[in-house]
Amino acid sequence: MAILTVREALQQALHEAMQDERVFIIGEDIGHYGSTYGVTAGFLEKYGPERIRDAPIAEAGILGLATGAAMAGMRPIAEIMSVNFSLLAFDIIINHAAKIYSMFGGKFSVPLVMRTTNGWTQLSATHSQSFDAMFAYIPGLKVVAPATPADMKGMFRAAMADPDPVIFIEHTLMYGIKGEVPDGDYIVPIGKSVLAREGRHLTVVTYSRMVHLSLQAAELLAQEGIEVEVVDLRTLRPLDMSVALESFKKTNHAVVVTEDWQSYGTSAEIATRLYEAGFDYLDAPIQRVNFREVPMPYAKNLELQVVVTTERIVAAIKKVLNRS
Amino acid sequence: MQKQRGSTKAVTSATQSVRSSMTSTPFTRALEHLGADQLVEYYRQMMLIRRFEEKCQEMYTRSKIGGFLHLYVGEEATGVGAISNLQPQDHVFTHYRDHGHAIARGLDINPLMAELFGKDTGCSRGMGGSMHFADVTKNFWGGYAIVGSHLLLADGVALQCKMQKTNGVVMVFFGDGATNGGEFYEALNFAQLWKLPVVFVCENNLFAMGTPLEVHSSVTEIYRKANAFDMKSMRIDGNDLLGVREQVGEAVEHARSGKGPVLVEAMTYRFRGHSAQDTQKYRTKEDVEKHRSADPLEAYRKLLIDEEICPASRLDAIDVQIDAEVDASVEFADNSPVPGNEWLTDAGIYAAPLETQTVDPTLV
Ligand SMILES: Cc1ncc(C[n+]2csc(CCOP(=O)(O)OP(=O)(O)O)c2C)c(N)n1
Ligand SMILES: [Mg+2]
Repeated sequence: MAILTVREALQQALHEAMQDERVFIIGEDIGHYGSTYGVTAGFLEKYGPERIRDAPIAEAGILGLATGAAMAGMRPIAEIMSVNFSLLAFDIIINHAAKIYSMFGGKFSVPLVMRTTNGWTQLSATHSQSFDAMFAYIPGLKVVAPATPADMKGMFRAAMADPDPVIFIEHTLMYGIKGEVPDGDYIVPIGKSVLAREGRHLTVVTYSRMVHLSLQAAELLAQEGIEVEVVDLRTLRPLDMSVALESFKKTNHAVVVTEDWQSYGTSAEIATRLYEAGFDYLDAPIQRVNFREVPMPYAKNLELQVVVTTERIVAAIKKVLNRS
Repeated sequence: MQKQRGSTKAVTSATQSVRSSMTSTPFTRALEHLGADQLVEYYRQMMLIRRFEEKCQEMYTRSKIGGFLHLYVGEEATGVGAISNLQPQDHVFTHYRDHGHAIARGLDINPLMAELFGKDTGCSRGMGGSMHFADVTKNFWGGYAIVGSHLLLADGVALQCKMQKTNGVVMVFFGDGATNGGEFYEALNFAQLWKLPVVFVCENNLFAMGTPLEVHSSVTEIYRKANAFDMKSMRIDGNDLLGVREQVGEAVEHARSGKGPVLVEAMTYRFRGHSAQDTQKYRTKEDVEKHRSADPLEAYRKLLIDEEICPASRLDAIDVQIDAEVDASVEFADNSPVPGNEWLTDAGIYAAPLETQTVDPTLV
């Protein structure tokens, strides 16, 4: 066990993946620039330009080439610097990578991993979005968004071993987060959620960076005697609700925290699943904490009101529990 | 191949001044057509951009400015020279490295600094920040932060110019890195196919973020990419202000006369990092120094002095005046209110209803 940052855990996972000669990385500014968020820093020097492919600014091209190469037996890792730029590749991702296996009768598949980032820091409307729900909407894609260094490493490995296209969602504000990471071969399966904190009064269902904020909220509420259970979904598609439902049956109260817009967003699906399968256990309406539904403003005073904060999570929990 | 800045140097270092030698150059022609005051005005614009951005860097370090900050330092001659050809009815689109284009188009720096500070008095009401300067009253349609996509919007405005016969021309700025994505090719094809009045100005500063030109583009002479569309194109020295002015001027006239779009590749160099976060591993200090020693702003200042267009003392006085203006913009921004919470409501997302007078009254 070592204490690593999310960035370091991912680096380990990527180095491990590179042991397979079929693996190559394609993306913008991954090599010469030194990597936008530092994850592939030093990779060009170590593996050379054949396998660390600094790509032109051409997201459709990056995903298109990665999809083709994957079909034919390579194991590409496509990096899209920011998920906002993935929109330019949506045709490839949705009409092609996600469809090919089924549409051609299951004769070949697309073992592709696309790494990308969510995040915001006064970057304004086009650079602060989350498209988690848009990916997770698509049958044929697998969508993961781990929260901890250990899960980053373990799930990346699972993604690389997967025969289908996996969208691997990171977060620009999470790279410095530290945690214990098992050494060596370590795999965390796709499609398995996990309990991040035990409690008995209310269940927070969340994933990615919001796990950390939810844990902070739980910590604060513990001082007031409110014991919050936190469920980390880890995978958005296929969505494993078993841990969340188990918890909900015990607490009878739930808050869903996701860092995206509410309407038609990931929290809509998660809350619906809770209502559908947990209706009989419901003691109060479920609350959702999300981005406010506006294009992200640049101005800090507004941005801070749009994003999810620990305070907003605490307030939602108290509301569900009818506490003030 | 167009005249390079080296030739300007040769002229200014000659014992005979350009004027007395009687050789016709962009300088002599500009002097003849515009007069000395206008030549000094270009200096003022370049210096205003430079000092404004140096102040931006300082304010960024002091956390008055957030987000991404992409500076134009070193590339001023391209924006000022190119935009100097535009009329009020013309249009400008640019990318996230937009401060220089905005100032060259005549946007007041107070609302620009206020935008960077995220204030209600900002040119985009504090909603856009550094990458999204705009001023519709000057047909400055904005900086856009998604590489390449705005070229198609520029085509769209050009289509409006053509269909409504406004005699307007659209000038759109972008980098070398933007010429590899599909939108670039779509935009060039549409523009040439429909003879749209667009001047595409590629500011080739040799890098797309930290990826060198030869690593990201199969053709490193970007202007040749227009050949695939039978489009007129040229490569120019983007650091020679008057050369830029003259050559882009030809492109603007070509577009305005209905002959179709032009792709201009302006060779230039950014002195600062791609953005404020850049560690610049991809180039050497020596390379940057080499380009800095050929600073287009310094070169132009020297030209004005050597050619006795303007004494150094008057240029110094302009600099002092600019510093005062820039300081005043900081004060303006500092004292401005932040945008209100109405931006977090539907009123901040959706426009007011369009005018209804064209609608059949029986339907209303
Ligand atoms: C579609 C898209 N992909 C990637 C980015 C990230 N990005 C912003 S600027 C940039 C480099 C652009 O280089 P260039 O076009 O040469 O312009 P320069 O910054 O050099 O002026 C990149 C990769 C983006 N904003 N949009
Ligand atoms: Mg460039």
